[in-house]
Amino acid sequence: MTDAAPPAPSSVEHALEVRGVTKRFGALDVLRGIDLELGQGEVLGLVGDNGAGKSTLVKILSGLYTQDGGELRVGGERVNFHSVGEARTHGIETVYQDLALIPQLPVYLNLFLGHEVTRLGRFRFLDKRAMKRLARQYLDEIHVRVPNIEAESDQLSGGQRQAIAVARAVRAAPKILLLDEPLAAMGARESRLIIDLVKDLAASGRVSIIVIDHNYAHLFELCDRINVMQGGRITIDQPVHETSLEKLTELMISSFRSQLEEV
Amino acid sequence: MQAGAPTTASAPAANPPGQQQPRSLGRRILHAFLYQRELTPIVITIGLFVYFWIRAGSTFTDSLSLSSAAGYAGPVAAIAVGEVLLLMLAEIDLSAGQVFLFTPWVMYWMHNLGVPLWLSILIALVVACGVGACNGLITVGLNVPSFVTTLAMNFILFGLVLIYSDQTQATPIPMSSSYTGHISFAGQLMGGYLWSEILWVIAITIVIHVMLTRTRFGVRIIATGGNLLGAAEAGVPTRRVKVACFMLCSFIAGLVGIVDAVKYGSLDPGNFGVDYILYAVGACVIGGTALTGGRGTVIGAFIGAILIGILEDGLTLVGVSTNDFYVWVGVVIIAAMALNVQFDRLIARSRGT
Repeated sequence: MTDAAPPAPSSVEHALEVRGVTKRFGALDVLRGIDLELGQGEVLGLVGDNGAGKSTLVKILSGLYTQDGGELRVGGERVNFHSVGEARTHGIETVYQDLALIPQLPVYLNLFLGHEVTRLGRFRFLDKRAMKRLARQYLDEIHVRVPNIEAESDQLSGGQRQAIAVARAVRAAPKILLLDEPLAAMGARESRLIIDLVKDLAASGRVSIIVIDHNYAHLFELCDRINVMQGGRITIDQPVHETSLEKLTELMISSFRSQLEEV
Repeated sequence: MQAGAPTTASAPAANPPGQQQPRSLGRRILHAFLYQRELTPIVITIGLFVYFWIRAGSTFTDSLSLSSAAGYAGPVAAIAVGEVLLLMLAEIDLSAGQVFLFTPWVMYWMHNLGVPLWLSILIALVVACGVGACNGLITVGLNVPSFVTTLAMNFILFGLVLIYSDQTQATPIPMSSSYTGHISFAGQLMGGYLWSEILWVIAITIVIHVMLTRTRFGVRIIATGGNLLGAAEAGVPTRRVKVACFMLCSFIAGLVGIVDAVKYGSLDPGNFGVDYILYAVGACVIGGTALTGGRGTVIGAFIGAILIGILEDGLTLVGVSTNDFYVWVGVVIIAAMALNVQFDRLIARSRGT
């Protein structure tokens, strides 16, 4: 199964290592032994058909699901996540495809959801003034523009909402950022907003990123390396500068054939 | 009140930042009504008040009449304030009315068993919280819709009262005037004083309002009700939030239930809590809370209960039969909900979505 994957190019500590991870839902083998490495500061693209298991893998990495078998290592340390909180304490933040903003909350509270600035100790009163100030400052810093941070988030465009969702994940200063189809259902200009944001982040070198997307043009622009998932396994692992869309397609077809022959 | 300030939540996303158009007074008033859902019931309540004042004169505004309006409104408001939290979570608690009736029974039974009064009250309140915890845990743990969980709980509590009361009235209630012959300070505080019940409810309303709009727990309630999956993904402990709200709703109902029992001095095992719940949900709707989750106002629920109280008291005073009262309550509830839905459409249209 790892025949298509060349050995990892460097022996330095990976930001994230996935070894033989499996997951079943009832009679369905969704993940059949995932092997994956994410280098420090690397941007890894993950593609595959619907049902290939990409989202399941992301949910395991972000702590929403726990894997049935195999192991996860973050910065070399073996980990097992049973909650989103545990994944977070290991520096993993996730942006989901379903725009995890709360429509009824203003932008700045969405930005701080799960990391609210509070005062008066155990009463956990919101420090709204501090959060608004920090939100403005922070959104300026990462060049995200919204008309009004006190507006409820369902008044924003899809691109602006996704930008806030990415900004929220990045604000927590993660070591690893998981982007699950961040460009789904987004227009060209809005996609550009998010792509630039992710490129800026990648250029900072402080965060390693996994991006799931269906658009190869986007992935070739964003990523250092592309992994292809087919039938619950990673079947292809190619550095972007050594491959092209044609070559990748060819590899995918041949690996699909060999899978058919196995059956 | 929603978390976003009214003046700032207005700028449509299409407007370039910083460009504030001057608006006419009319538009501003419309805008205030759109975004401050409490405003409509407040205006209607004041209108009703003035109407009954003119029709019935000072008999309506004397303290006996006003206290009887408060007597109608108090239990409904107490239950409505807790119910808002659940409606915001897109859940419902149909048992809160029965908890309101059941909790003083627990206090009464404990006291009859020789438990000191303060401890009886404490045990009763713990039991009320326990009922809420059961509601919550069954709902989130076993995935039973809260409508069903709490409907069943309503019957269970009603049955328990019938069984353990031998279907006889509980009287006198400790602390009430009929019990001691005079009313102690504690008795005054816990319901003996004419206005103590409504003062309790006002205090609770303020506390819950502040909790909802100023604390992290409030944000978590809005997040859980507004986008359950999204909130969970952002790390909000959505199940814990739900269970806590069920407990809080039962606690408030139980606490004010004890105050109400002391106020009247007796408990009737035949009372059925669903009456209270129907009024309370009505009050929430009149106050501007949607039943779809994410949005709600505690102040609005309180005002809605006051509106129902004034309506009941006022209609009685102007000599209209109680039968008419039900028709009016129904009309007001439908009108309020229709208004809310139309307001939402107007908001959506002003955003060009």
